[in-house]
Amino acid sequence: MASTTHAEDAAHGHGHEHAHHPSGFLRWLTTTNHKDIGTLYLCFSFTMFMVGGVLAMGIRAELFEPGLQLWHPEFFNQLTTMHGLIMVFGAIMPAFVGFANWLVPMQVGAPDMAFARLNNWSFWLLPPAAILLVTSFFVPGGATAAGWTLYAPLTVQMGPGMDLAIFALHIMGASSIMGSINIIVTILNMRAPGMTMMKMPLFVWSWLITAYLLIAVMPVLAGAITMTLTDRHFGTSFFNAAGGGDPVMFQHIFWFFGHPEVYIMILPGFGIISHVIPAFSRKPLFGYSSMVYALASIAILSFIVWAHHMFVVGMPAAGILFFMYATILIAVPTGVKVFNWISTMWRGSLTFETPMLFAIGFIFVFTMGGFTGLILAIAPIDYQLQDTYYVVAHFHYVLVAGSLFSLFAGIYFWLPKWTGHMYSETLGKWHFWLSMIFFNVTFFPMHFLGLAGMPRRIPDYNVQFADWNMVASIGAFGFGLSQLLFLACVVKCVRGGPQATAQVWEGAQGLEWTLPSPPPYHSFETPPLVK
Amino acid sequence: MLLAAAASMAAGAALAEPRFNLQPPVTVVADEIYNLHTDMLWVCFGIFVVVFSMMFYSIWKHRKSVGHVAAQFHESTKVEVAWTIVPLVILIGMAIPATRVLLQLKDTSNPDITIKATGYQWKWGYEYLNGEGEGISMLSNLATSRDQIDRDAPKGEHYLLEVDNAITVPIGKKVRILTTADDVIHSWWVPAFGVKQDAIPGFVRDTWFRADKEGVYRGQCAELCGKEHGFMPIVVNVVSAQQYSAWVAEQKKKTTAANSAETDKPMTKQDLMARGEKVYGGVCAACHQADGRGIPHAFPPLEGSKVVLGPAAEQVKLVLYGRQGVYTPSSQMPSQSMLSDADIAAAITYTRNAWSNKAADDIVQPVEVKAARQ
Repeated sequence: MASTTHAEDAAHGHGHEHAHHPSGFLRWLTTTNHKDIGTLYLCFSFTMFMVGGVLAMGIRAELFEPGLQLWHPEFFNQLTTMHGLIMVFGAIMPAFVGFANWLVPMQVGAPDMAFARLNNWSFWLLPPAAILLVTSFFVPGGATAAGWTLYAPLTVQMGPGMDLAIFALHIMGASSIMGSINIIVTILNMRAPGMTMMKMPLFVWSWLITAYLLIAVMPVLAGAITMTLTDRHFGTSFFNAAGGGDPVMFQHIFWFFGHPEVYIMILPGFGIISHVIPAFSRKPLFGYSSMVYALASIAILSFIVWAHHMFVVGMPAAGILFFMYATILIAVPTGVKVFNWISTMWRGSLTFETPMLFAIGFIFVFTMGGFTGLILAIAPIDYQLQDTYYVVAHFHYVLVAGSLFSLFAGIYFWLPKWTGHMYSETLGKWHFWLSMIFFNVTFFPMHFLGLAGMPRRIPDYNVQFADWNMVASIGAFGFGLSQLLFLACVVKCVRGGPQATAQVWEGAQGLEWTLPSPPPYHSFETPPLVK
Repeated sequence: MLLAAAASMAAGAALAEPRFNLQPPVTVVADEIYNLHTDMLWVCFGIFVVVFSMMFYSIWKHRKSVGHVAAQFHESTKVEVAWTIVPLVILIGMAIPATRVLLQLKDTSNPDITIKATGYQWKWGYEYLNGEGEGISMLSNLATSRDQIDRDAPKGEHYLLEVDNAITVPIGKKVRILTTADDVIHSWWVPAFGVKQDAIPGFVRDTWFRADKEGVYRGQCAELCGKEHGFMPIVVNVVSAQQYSAWVAEQKKKTTAANSAETDKPMTKQDLMARGEKVYGGVCAACHQADGRGIPHAFPPLEGSKVVLGPAAEQVKLVLYGRQGVYTPSSQMPSQSMLSDADIAAAITYTRNAWSNKAADDIVQPVEVKAARQ
């Protein structure tokens, strides 16, 4: 276990804070402290989550009944596109980076991230990017309406909102790459003595691997959207057959980024779950090394499956078969992780505080998303389901019930450590049950819609699809409202609550739980010794 | 809102119960896919039951509140190997039938009839290229009226799934569909056939089906292609061999007659206006609106428009070749050259005399359109 000199650190931190650090707005603008920056990322991501959520409410309001009630079709397409872009790049990704900032230095026994000032810049790139993205609604022609996947040549027809989105994506990509470099260098160079790689906490492993994925693929996205920009404005023909180009090339480049991207959005979530389950089972994580190898296998495999998003473009059969085989293979390491989590619970001593509820909920519902992914991977079946609501159901199961629920589990788990207060367990449990129920009410019927033949990205539909759409819309409004409970719970906890101990949870393990709640400004001023 | 909801639920219930699975297959391929999916569902359900019964058992029996004390085991190479190998074997079991069906699905050789489907923003165009029916061509536009969409009229049973000209094919014959597009990527999809193929501008892809049951089969465009993506359905009539031959003969008569006579014969203003109003409603009103007022900052009004009230030749050129956006590139006027000379002439004539418009050259004849094509 680790040892630190708490009194010394507390005194130092206290002194440092008063002597050197500004307060108020300037504090947040200039901070190089990983905890402050983590907080900034999390607040930013929650704000974007609310914005993306409002857009989703707009979508589901229109789809409540057949007919065009609220929006022109072109505006509806803006809603679906921006909902996707904002949730992926504004909500989910920054939230996981916020977790990385808060936890990685503490969990490896470091005082801060390797490049503290770079860390500040990585964050502060995001609000301007978000402003570009959101204000794109208000330029002539509105926001881009080509779907978050931005396929060419439809993107060439879009107005200036498309260019704003391209610039925003470039900026966010730069932020991600800088943040990833920071995380890798911190993990590889600043671990406490005695912490070998195979003694690192799982969350740290998950972010080490995710950071490499980000560095590998964000530049690829940058390439794709830059080619789109030049096709739009500078007379190039990358995606235009008349000039010798190929629209499908965009899809190859985009999905070479896009597939690892979805693993970028889940791997840190896996890391979080691997901390929460053992804590509330009062039992060590089962199969630590297998879990590490599984993370790595998933990451490596994620590079060779991209064209499963393109099964119906007209690839030769050999290509389709290759991508089908590679894709179904990913089920193996993912299954290993699920089995290991359940084995961790098995014969443990379980309690069901809110983090554990979200973690168990995650395993249950994420696995369902995994099954529908497997079904979609079977290429002949995908011919029926590609571009239908079945796909929408699948990715919301893995992104909402997967990534988002893991984020909630992590927030409830670590909030007492971060703030020094226990959150209200009542509010937390209500948030969990309402989210769980309304999530399924919203997205489960979408499987039926896709099977029955309802395409994606349409503002209106035949009457045969009406019943399930109404159910889904009701669920969506319920789910959206339930998130206000989360906001209330977090705000209440930040402002006050029963004092949290250093240990907080009986079964929690790791260096962060050896620090007081809240931790001192520089976490570990002297590295702890890890045995 | 609640009353409307109740009313439409009642209407909905009368027309369709909730559906849970793929549409009933009418081709061997669709049937194979249906069965593959059923098998996959059973496998996933089986794994789900095994895995989650263990998890829920654990949640019940291994709770601290019933006094269960935690064991401390935390690894087992044997078990890790087992639950790596077993899923791998299951996956191989899934991959084998999937491979077989995929190869079947991709084999477009030796068709009886070949039809080219071209995706436009926002309609399909069909040309019978080979086999019985060769030479037939048509445009297939959404036939659902605007007032149903805008909720001013009750919705028909085939709301958004009906077209003015459906393609017809004979039962039991292998039909190869070539897909391409004129502007952006579309996708040709008929669920009952198990057929979906992206239509990519500048490239030709193909797919095939052999329908084993007579009937009318409906699908939709399956790739986001702009604002009317949800409004460009596909309808295929599958008929007996004799009915098909009769249909072919009838189409041939119509097309040849139409092509020459239509273009060369001058039409009366009355005929032009009547036909023009129909074409306008089906093709132009989506953007320029039924009242000709357009949508501010998106689609220019035609009422009072300088182009519509100015020299006819300019308007003919614009309709034939399209134009970059007045407001932004996204509001570009797409070329309408796929329409017939008579349709274009009629629509233009209509706009020049509709609403409060009173253009100087108030009539455009089909020959003028034909002459403007280069």
